[in-house]
Amino acid sequence: MKTLRQRNIRDYFMVGLLYVSAIAVLTPLLIIIGYVIVNGISTISIDFFTQELGSPARAMQGRPTGLVHSILGTLVVDSLALIIAAPLGLGAGVMLSEYPDHKLNPTLRVLNDTLNGMPAILKGLLAFALVVKPMGTFSGLAGGVALAFVMIPIIARSTESALMTIPWSIREAGLAIGLPRWRVVLSTVMPAARTGLVTGFLIAFARAAGEAAPLMFTSFGNNYLPNHWSGMIFGPVDTLPQRLYSLAISPYKEWHAMGWAAGVVLLVFVLGLFIAGRILTRQKYQA
Amino acid sequence: MQNEQKSSIADKPVSIIYSWLGDRIFLTVVVALGLSIILLAGAMAWVLTDEAGMALDEFGIIGFLKGTTWDPGVQFRFGALPFIVGTLVTSVFALAIAFYPAVAVAIFIAEYAPRWLGSIIENLVHLIAAVPSVVIGIWGIFVFAPWMRETFYMPIFLWAADHQPALLPILGSPIGYGMTTATIILALMIIPFTTALTRDAIRQVPKEQREAAWALGATKWEVIRMAVIPYSRGGIMAGAILSFGRAIGETMAVAMLIGNKNNFPFSIMGPAATMPSVIVNEFREAVGNLHLSSLMAIGLVLFVISLIVNLIAAYVTRKLSITGGQSI
Amino acid sequence: MKAMKTISLFFISGLLALSFFGCGGGEGSRNGAEQRSGRSSDRVDILGAGASFPAPLVTAMADEYRGVTSNRVTVNYQSIGSGGGIRQFVEQTIMFGMTEAFLSDDVMQNVEASTGGRAFNMPITLADVVTTYNIPGFDKGLVFSSDVLVDIYMGNITRWNDSRITELNPGKDLPSLPITVVHRSDGSGTTNIWTSYFSRVSDEWRGRVGYGTSVNWPVGVGGNGNEGVAGAVINTPGAIGYNSLSYALLNDMSYGSVLNASGNIIEPSFEATTEAANIDLPEDTRILFTNTPAEYGYPIAGFAWMLVYENLENNNAINNRQQAEELVRFLIWSITDGQELSETLGYARLPMAAVERNIAMIEEVKWEGELIGKELLQDVL
Repeated sequence: MKTLRQRNIRDYFMVGLLYVSAIAVLTPLLIIIGYVIVNGISTISIDFFTQELGSPARAMQGRPTGLVHSILGTLVVDSLALIIAAPLGLGAGVMLSEYPDHKLNPTLRVLNDTLNGMPAILKGLLAFALVVKPMGTFSGLAGGVALAFVMIPIIARSTESALMTIPWSIREAGLAIGLPRWRVVLSTVMPAARTGLVTGFLIAFARAAGEAAPLMFTSFGNNYLPNHWSGMIFGPVDTLPQRLYSLAISPYKEWHAMGWAAGVVLLVFVLGLFIAGRILTRQKYQA
Repeated sequence: MQNEQKSSIADKPVSIIYSWLGDRIFLTVVVALGLSIILLAGAMAWVLTDEAGMALDEFGIIGFLKGTTWDPGVQFRFGALPFIVGTLVTSVFALAIAFYPAVAVAIFIAEYAPRWLGSIIENLVHLIAAVPSVVIGIWGIFVFAPWMRETFYMPIFLWAADHQPALLPILGSPIGYGMTTATIILALMIIPFTTALTRDAIRQVPKEQREAAWALGATKWEVIRMAVIPYSRGGIMAGAILSFGRAIGETMAVAMLIGNKNNFPFSIMGPAATMPSVIVNEFREAVGNLHLSSLMAIGLVLFVISLIVNLIAAYVTRKLSITGGQSI
Repeated sequence: MKAMKTISLFFISGLLALSFFGCGGGEGSRNGAEQRSGRSSDRVDILGAGASFPAPLVTAMADEYRGVTSNRVTVNYQSIGSGGGIRQFVEQTIMFGMTEAFLSDDVMQNVEASTGGRAFNMPITLADVVTTYNIPGFDKGLVFSSDVLVDIYMGNITRWNDSRITELNPGKDLPSLPITVVHRSDGSGTTNIWTSYFSRVSDEWRGRVGYGTSVNWPVGVGGNGNEGVAGAVINTPGAIGYNSLSYALLNDMSYGSVLNASGNIIEPSFEATTEAANIDLPEDTRILFTNTPAEYGYPIAGFAWMLVYENLENNNAINNRQQAEELVRFLIWSITDGQELSETLGYARLPMAAVERNIAMIEEVKWEGELIGKELLQDVL
């Protein structure tokens, strides 16, 4: 039997070890974020937000060049994705939480989790087969569909858990006063859970906004803004994550610098969405 | 105010059409939307199987899985083994590196850190998990890989070249882009994920469990070791499995850092390839139908592996009824 | 509802982005787009993709051409490798392809069967592949011979101070640094030229590896794209790779000279590249001239071709006659005025013989049977 003193020493030792490992894990991760922010901010300029990319010669000869087309493209493609994904994700979430006895639910839950854990690149392959091939061309829409596949399982999951936080007594109260079930869900349960639903949208949006792999063979890429707005949906579109990848593997120093700038813009965008989602969640818990 | 509103709704004449048909339609719509997710998973399996058909017919399923040649130039032979091995080795080692630190951070957050610090670190961990893969990749290409090369690979390589030439093939070329670099980056990327899942598992431990241990006069560490960890072991396991699944599918950062070598032998420092990285690298460029079909077949293998991983995780999760990292 | 506001903000910004382009089309042409672009309904997007070697030239041409047409025609060229260019051209997802490996007879026949017309391979510029390396303290000018290059890529020569390298470079004190071989990981016409050179000079290479847009490399690490190889070479002391001369020049990479078939040490240059193409060209220009017999020609060179259908209306990516005409106009411009950009960007100009062959092919380009190529050529010439 160890003495109390020995046990206490062991206790202190373990505490120290935990502190050390916490610091050891968090430091490199913070270094990455710090690096991207410092390098990105030092290379960012007004041109970055107002000019199109064009050829590498533009950057090398010091002419104005930027990524306005990638930033707008990201907004358009991601918005398309959310428009497609929101109803599907909401529907599945409602099914899981409001009809818990439905016999398809176990299958739905497992497949939804599987889809969620599936590599995003496979979702790109699926969108290529379902959209690009029949349409005969790469398009922002195909990119939106690919990203929707990324968002759907996340939204379904978050919708389910947001609706589950609403006590059953509320539903019972609605049913007791003679409301049909669909009215109970639509006008009492979902409004009560709306903060949670929106948080799910934001987190799904943030996850999808950072994805590059599914876009490489769907939205394809573009060095300019399309000539007509419809080109954003039916023609090839540039997006920030994908452009960041091609800038990073390019051999031009000027493009590397733009890659860092793209990195910090993407990081701020994604983390901003994410933080907004977290803040909403916290408000919910406090309320 | 709210009550009035409620009763005004209730006062409406409740016709059969309004309630019975309304419920029917609503259920149909909801089930249709839910079914579409099931169909989506089915479509993915079907499309991949269909597109992979040509390659699987040509080489046979076993032949494709066992094949070690990836030659789109002369022999037109394609085998998936190098990529399967590359994926499994990087993911297993990444998990091995990430697991203990991640669990330590989770325990730290849950049990030791003061409340304010714990919540800051927890939020930070969630935040880091959201950093896009390409952003990690650009840091890897320009900062981490060169640093690894200068600090470790080159000195080790030069030492081995002078003293132990026999080691050279095992070490591989010290280019900076390769298996070790990719594995470490992969570990960094799944640490936040594993931490969040472990934290969720620890949250499930009932207060009574801890109090019982305290009542026996245990020190804090003993409480954790005897009460907390055994109780949440299943959840931590499921978290580790899900993290492994995440590592398997990680694409961009790995493709940017692994060096892209499509055949054996792999080496410790030298380049290799994974299933997602070869798809990203070659899908847009593939000319031959068989080449494209083989890439789709790799996608199918990836699909099956991650399906299995997720099914195991779902089983473990259900068995132990814990929430599987809702926040990520 | 704060949350709803946040969400709607994103949608609004997305919609704003859309309406931003909307002002370019239809009734929106009033607000400023008009001065920039003339009649906005004339605006055309042309989509091309393929080889990464000519990408800096083609994208610079696109920049320039946009100015020439007062923002009316935008040429979007994505560098996805020659293999991708051929595939997407055949799948008809792009209006023109670009490749450093001409279409094989099989592909030519497939195109003939599916579109009722030929696929034209039109040389746009010349590709020269140079040996790039990164040896600290050594600038350009190391001399290589064909068999030394082959043996490095076979893994038979593993150190920079190997006697076979030092023999070719007397007086240079090469370090014992290990050689890191870098090659393309994607399908690429640069690889095609590089490996076809190896196959022509080495039986062993031809038997074991062969040539093509991607091959089963005996040794080395892969870089994705010309960019990826250049990046890996620049970042790795002791690396050897292959890149186009323009990439090497643009990035201040060290590159080597090569002993050619006539026994002359040739330093890569635009003149030496154009000289290599100074041979009899077949009518469809589908020819490889690596290891050229030309006495002062650089031995590792070839054409970069633009791929265009003879019957443009049968390319699904082209929706109307206007797009087809703008594509042909761009094509004509790029083999004439567009060539002016060559030298400043590090490309060899097309030899006159190739331009003539191109014009002959453009004359046969049709839209629904009408020889639009011929009409447009008459406008220009």
